Amino acid sequence: MSTTTVESSAPAGERRPVTAPGKVRGRNERSRGASLASHAVLIVASLTALFPVAWLVFLSLGPDKDDYLHPGRIWGKLSLENYAYVLQDTGFFDWLKSTLVVVLGTTLIGVVVAASTGYAVSRMRFPGYRKLMWVLLVTQMFPIAVLIVPMYQILSDLQLIDSYLGLILVNCTTIVPYCAWLMKGYFDTIPFEIDEAGRVDGLTPFGTFARLILPLAKPGLAVAAFYSFLTAFGEVAFASTFMLSDDKYTFAVGLQTFVSEHDAQRNLMAATAVLIAIPAALFFYLVQKNLVTGLTAGGTKG
Amino acid sequence: MTVAIDRATGKRRGEREPRPGPAQRLKNGFHKHWYAYAMVAPVAVVLGVLVVYPLVYGLYLTLTDATSLNTARTIGVNHIDATYKFIGLDNYADILWGPTAYDRFWSHFLWTGFWTAACVALHYGIGLGLALLLNQKLRGRTLYRMLLVLPWAVPTFVTVFGWRFMLADGGVINTALEGLGLPTPLWLEDTFWQRFAAIMVNTWCGVPFMMVSLLGGLQSIDASLYEASEMDGANAWQRFRYVTLPGLRSVSTTVVLLGVIWTFNQFAIIFLLFGNTAPDAQILVTWAYQLGFGQQPRDYAQSAAYGILLLSILIVFTSFYRRWLNRNEQQLAI
Repeated sequence: MSTTTVESSAPAGERRPVTAPGKVRGRNERSRGASLASHAVLIVASLTALFPVAWLVFLSLGPDKDDYLHPGRIWGKLSLENYAYVLQDTGFFDWLKSTLVVVLGTTLIGVVVAASTGYAVSRMRFPGYRKLMWVLLVTQMFPIAVLIVPMYQILSDLQLIDSYLGLILVNCTTIVPYCAWLMKGYFDTIPFEIDEAGRVDGLTPFGTFARLILPLAKPGLAVAAFYSFLTAFGEVAFASTFMLSDDKYTFAVGLQTFVSEHDAQRNLMAATAVLIAIPAALFFYLVQKNLVTGLTAGGTKG
Repeated sequence: MTVAIDRATGKRRGEREPRPGPAQRLKNGFHKHWYAYAMVAPVAVVLGVLVVYPLVYGLYLTLTDATSLNTARTIGVNHIDATYKFIGLDNYADILWGPTAYDRFWSHFLWTGFWTAACVALHYGIGLGLALLLNQKLRGRTLYRMLLVLPWAVPTFVTVFGWRFMLADGGVINTALEGLGLPTPLWLEDTFWQRFAAIMVNTWCGVPFMMVSLLGGLQSIDASLYEASEMDGANAWQRFRYVTLPGLRSVSTTVVLLGVIWTFNQFAIIFLLFGNTAPDAQILVTWAYQLGFGQQPRDYAQSAAYGILLLSILIVFTSFYRRWLNRNEQQLAI
């Protein structure tokens, strides 16, 4: 991201005339008070952002399922017991496997299917173009409630309930159009002169796409893949409805199994949540620079 | 869910196409379109099979009285054929103005509207405030940014459970409130506080996206605009009002629309925060899910009808939003 810094956008509380009477401040200086206030607000906000996650980590170290009610007692008996139990005696690795199968399957299909369409809608105008764009846009607004009932019926007719393939297909309903959108945005940023050069040299549009643009678009493909990955990973509704046997649960469903009507093993749940959240957050931080650039690149340059 | 922000480049494109002579244009046009259709085909097929067909099928279901008791199903080795009937628009009539329509649909509709407006306003307001703060030259800027993005980095379904521990009666929030001598609401049981908690959790989850997007927008504003306005004697508020806000316009319109769509469709937070325990805090999406899958017998027809209604509401909203933007000669970066 660019590093342009704008000094003058002080928060609401700190707005003041540029030159207060009696002293002259340079353009790039802020008053000490404004600085302190900025830091104070940011510190409070950061703590608010951090606390729920930190609290989850803390609770996961308390071995009793009711420890969350008496956090003070956890200090005396910090242990990794919950983690050991979760890793050894629950379906954690089954869930991991299901999650990976479903998420990677969805991502792969999403990116592969959507790439050429993203290119086509970025470069070509053809009859039906507007309709296609409209469908892609509308698909992104689908509430899960629209497709979940018919999908359930169709999948049960096809005996695909409780199968990875079924869930992958259902996830593709949102991921495919959205990958196409995302990649259109990325292809738009690649100069059209490259295509023209390719055509002049005798490449077909397919050739231009495959040999010139795709290699250039690798970062865009990666962003689309990351987003599909994160979206499919966090998907709750379809997974809760279509996966029935507990060795096929994804994490989003598996995590709910610790709380039943009669019993809530909150300590194990906390430990599992941390085991899921830490790699997910690390992955997010690894890719976030790309994600953020991909997200804002188009939207802000226009 | 889905994220796609890009600039609208539609108009420019036509001018850039290679222009052969008029005689060849027809022929080339055919070729060009043939290529385009071939490249679009995979997505068109996927959308047709996975989206359009189920949508049409769902539309048909809404015109029937399908429930889990009369649809085709297989129990053991016995296959039972479907016995549901075609009943026309009765489902819609029942939802919109049948007896107890207020309790079932309109009360949830009002709450969903309030929920969407409140959450998006909070997301945008807090996100903009933090983006402005982070856009200053400040020590520890990168660290703040990393911490503030954290709620976005952790999967929602994980953090919601963290919030459940905190909000539980006797959880850390109530303990803290008690320590301060403040009342300790039953966050997960009392309707008002359930709604309050839902908005709070969703705000917490949604601010980072707004903040990051708006920060990107702020950084793309040309610094010379600020210098010029300062030379003209604009004070900080005027610079914010007349340089920053207009500079953010295209990002803002886009993220607000996305925010509205996502919040309106926000399933995971309310579903996981309350499960079945909060009939009055359900927004329309979770309520529709509950009708279709959270009760016995499952009411497939009504659930699908809710789905269609929800989609219609969003499409109408988006159309008006775009029209309003066009009237103000703004462009949606979508």
